Amino acid sequence: MELAVFLIAGAGALVGALGVVLRNNPVHAALSLVLTLFSIAVLFIAQEAHFLAAVQVIVYAGAVVVLFLFVIMLLGVERSEDLGVEPLKGQRPAAVIVGLAGVALVIAAIIAGGEDRITGARSENGALSAGDNILVLARSVFTDYVFAFEVTSALLAVAVVGAVMLARRPSSEGGATEARRPAGVDGER
Amino acid sequence: MEVTSTWYLVLGALIFGIGSVGLMVRRNPLVMFMCIELMLNAVNLTFVTFARSLDDVAGQTVVFFVLVVAAAEVTVGLGIIVAILRRRPQATVDDVSLMKG
Repeated sequence: MELAVFLIAGAGALVGALGVVLRNNPVHAALSLVLTLFSIAVLFIAQEAHFLAAVQVIVYAGAVVVLFLFVIMLLGVERSEDLGVEPLKGQRPAAVIVGLAGVALVIAAIIAGGEDRITGARSENGALSAGDNILVLARSVFTDYVFAFEVTSALLAVAVVGAVMLARRPSSEGGATEARRPAGVDGER
Repeated sequence: MEVTSTWYLVLGALIFGIGSVGLMVRRNPLVMFMCIELMLNAVNLTFVTFARSLDDVAGQTVVFFVLVVAAAEVTVGLGIIVAILRRRPQATVDDVSLMKG
């Protein structure tokens, strides 16, 4: 059973990942990303990380990809990028070779490590099998990691303020200079 | 045939590799951002796998924080991309070579 789940979800994740990289149209790339994120959520469930699977679907497949699609539609950049043009000679094959070499190294390390590749010490009080997944995770977040948890809440608030600042149209004198700039000065293409 | 943690780790490595190649090859800033999300998710999968094989909840806690930070990163990153692309539509990352546009 787990084999079937792994094969289907793993194939979905790989197809989606390849789609993100190879699709010309950004909208198609975003939809491929949804496939990958959802498949990874399924793999989370297969590994008994139920809470993270739910959060993955809600936050990633829901909010983040919707944000991507919203920006694509807002800016009207759904124009396809021509993947046939290679702006920097030899950069693309070099990138593929470097990527393949990195993956080969990591996979070699995983397989050479075998089943006892893990050398870290196991935690005494954070055993996953101690209870329900959500219970154990909540106990960990609100005891051992409560400071990090509070700091991430501050981080989220800062990110919201930063996004508002970035997306706001420059209103007063900044906007005036923008308007006086003749059209086409920095629109080379 | 039993699915061991090795399978999940290899899958995570493959997704990470695809994401990194995409980051190096693509020039559309939005697609590059999606490739970063791919890499983050591959690492999340690895963390969850290790959490299960070590029977330690810390791996899942780290994934929780990665999710939060990734959400904040997407917010700010997309804000920057919107600010750049509004001034020069169709810009690729090659056109953004100055901090002061």
